[in-house]
Amino acid sequence: MSTKSKGPPSADLYATMALIRAFETRVAELYRDGEIPGFVHTSLGQEGVAAGVGLALEEGDYVATTHRGHGHCLARGMEVEGMMAELFARGAGICHGKGGSMHIADPAKGVLGANAIVGASLPLAVGAALSSKRLGQGRVAVAFFGEGAVNQGAFHEAVNLAAIWELPALLVCENNIYAEFSDSRTMARVPSVAARCAAYGIEAEVVDGNDAEAVWGLTVHAAERCRRGDGPFLIEAETYRWHGHYEGDGQEYKPDDEASAWRERDPLEVAAAQFAERGAQLGAEDLERIRERAAEQVEAAIEHARSLPAPDPSEAYADVFGEAEVPA
Amino acid sequence: MSGEAAVAATRYIDALNQGMATALEEDERVIVLGIDVGAGGGIFRVTRGLHERFGSERVIDAPISEMGYVGAAVGAAMTGLRPIVEIMFMDFVGVCMDPILNQAAKLRYMTAGALEIPIVFRMQTGAGKAAGAQHSQSLEAWFAHVPGLKVVMPATVADARDLMLAAVRDPNPVVFVENRRLYGSKGDVDADPLPLGKARVARAGEEVTVVTWGQMLRTCLTAAEESSASLEVIDLRSLAPLDLETVLSSARRTGRLLIVHEAVQDFGAGAEIAARAGEQLFDELRTPVRRIGAPPVPMPFSPDLERALLPTSKAISTAAESLVSEG
Repeated sequence: MSTKSKGPPSADLYATMALIRAFETRVAELYRDGEIPGFVHTSLGQEGVAAGVGLALEEGDYVATTHRGHGHCLARGMEVEGMMAELFARGAGICHGKGGSMHIADPAKGVLGANAIVGASLPLAVGAALSSKRLGQGRVAVAFFGEGAVNQGAFHEAVNLAAIWELPALLVCENNIYAEFSDSRTMARVPSVAARCAAYGIEAEVVDGNDAEAVWGLTVHAAERCRRGDGPFLIEAETYRWHGHYEGDGQEYKPDDEASAWRERDPLEVAAAQFAERGAQLGAEDLERIRERAAEQVEAAIEHARSLPAPDPSEAYADVFGEAEVPA
Repeated sequence: MSGEAAVAATRYIDALNQGMATALEEDERVIVLGIDVGAGGGIFRVTRGLHERFGSERVIDAPISEMGYVGAAVGAAMTGLRPIVEIMFMDFVGVCMDPILNQAAKLRYMTAGALEIPIVFRMQTGAGKAAGAQHSQSLEAWFAHVPGLKVVMPATVADARDLMLAAVRDPNPVVFVENRRLYGSKGDVDADPLPLGKARVARAGEEVTVVTWGQMLRTCLTAAEESSASLEVIDLRSLAPLDLETVLSSARRTGRLLIVHEAVQDFGAGAEIAARAGEQLFDELRTPVRRIGAPPVPMPFSPDLERALLPTSKAISTAAESLVSEG
């Protein structure tokens, strides 16, 4: 039916992960060096989920994401240059310097925004799914959230709404074990998000979030279900956050050997091993070239952002309200 | 009363319903969403008949999940629908402030105008019905304090319909405050249309400018009838936008300003209006600005205790007269 029946777009998945890796690596450094202000939360280690979900969606699909949303934005095709300029707080940033890392958005690409309120993406995506259904758009609305958000009332209310209204909502939980500084397994008697979801009568499946192809495959299946009108679907993607909750977090709460064990399961390495196993569809040199290209693209965006002027102070007053149309 | 006048009198609650029906009729993107608003017609029957007329796809019953359905309504507003979402009692907004405060009010700004959030948050409020401390609060000042929200409080039958339509057509989030003591009030639905954002001089007078909104308009008009002073009563109609010019030009002429609201006086919207008047009319006012609101205590259950707290026409006329005698 679609090109998706041919199987995962392996090279594109790898390239997307490489771009996110390069972007987040440099953003962490630039933040440390004081070039990027505010708060920054990177998704290093979680690239497989962003790429797998992002590339499985169709044009026009909606994505509402979290404070850790750079990867999702990049995977949905947001411009690296405009994003970097926004993180640099420039007037030419995609949100004119008024959103920043935690609120970065591009509705033209279906990205309804990163969101600094844990759990807020869920009701918003359910609302976008309501629009899609009501307006007959055939669009899927994705909510990204972490397992920490599953203890928010917003999660439970949103899942229930999506279920009873049979909405095309795809709920993607990135279970990276930590809710800010706290081990999520100590924060609920039933730590399995998929299991908690079963109580609402919606289908849920667990996937290895560091295997982008697996995430892609499950997302294609789930999105097709949503588009068919079969109601919402929850994906629990198991992954790991390499850095702290925010850049600068010392991560004293993580056991010593945990991070190194997860780095063994680096999503880019997982993909490389899959290529090797399949007989070098892409060889080591090809992969290196992809990573270099990503790094170059990010460096160019950084240089561009550095060259931009600060926003004009008048920008602070723009866009609070939209103008009402004068009735005919 | 002539037969014609009797026909012309519409109830406030029906005017609200007409406003929503017209909005649903003229724009396919409009939906009505809330607890019991559908088949049941709403606990105060404000949405009566809309479900039958427009169907369950557009007049939608939500579970008792304000955080969820108000948030979903904001998400729907971001993606092409124009929801009228009901919060059954304004007090209940405590469980769903995030979608209003952090999402609806800020997403246009944070995306530099790339997102539009055309949504109406209907909230019913009002003390004086023995509903107790959790079903009686007037919290409009909370929302007027948040940049990015419009806040309207229709006091008349005409405004119940016209401001509802204006709110739905507005591209911004609008908090729409209905005082349930007005629901049964009657009036001319076609009287004196004004755009959202303009205050109305509800009664002309010479000696004291009385600024009010919502249900207190009636009390102030009664006070104006009863008082020996000549009161000019201004129905503010919306706190945001605030039509300060109408207030100041009246107060400039009368030289005296009295602000009356049902909400708790401390840190209420009256304080903002008093401060602005103080800043801009310091040399022109004959007396200090005065405020009348509820005292800073939760609203008690007993009707007798409630009556002891709510501003009365007597208190208003007395305050106005004392302003006149002061200078």
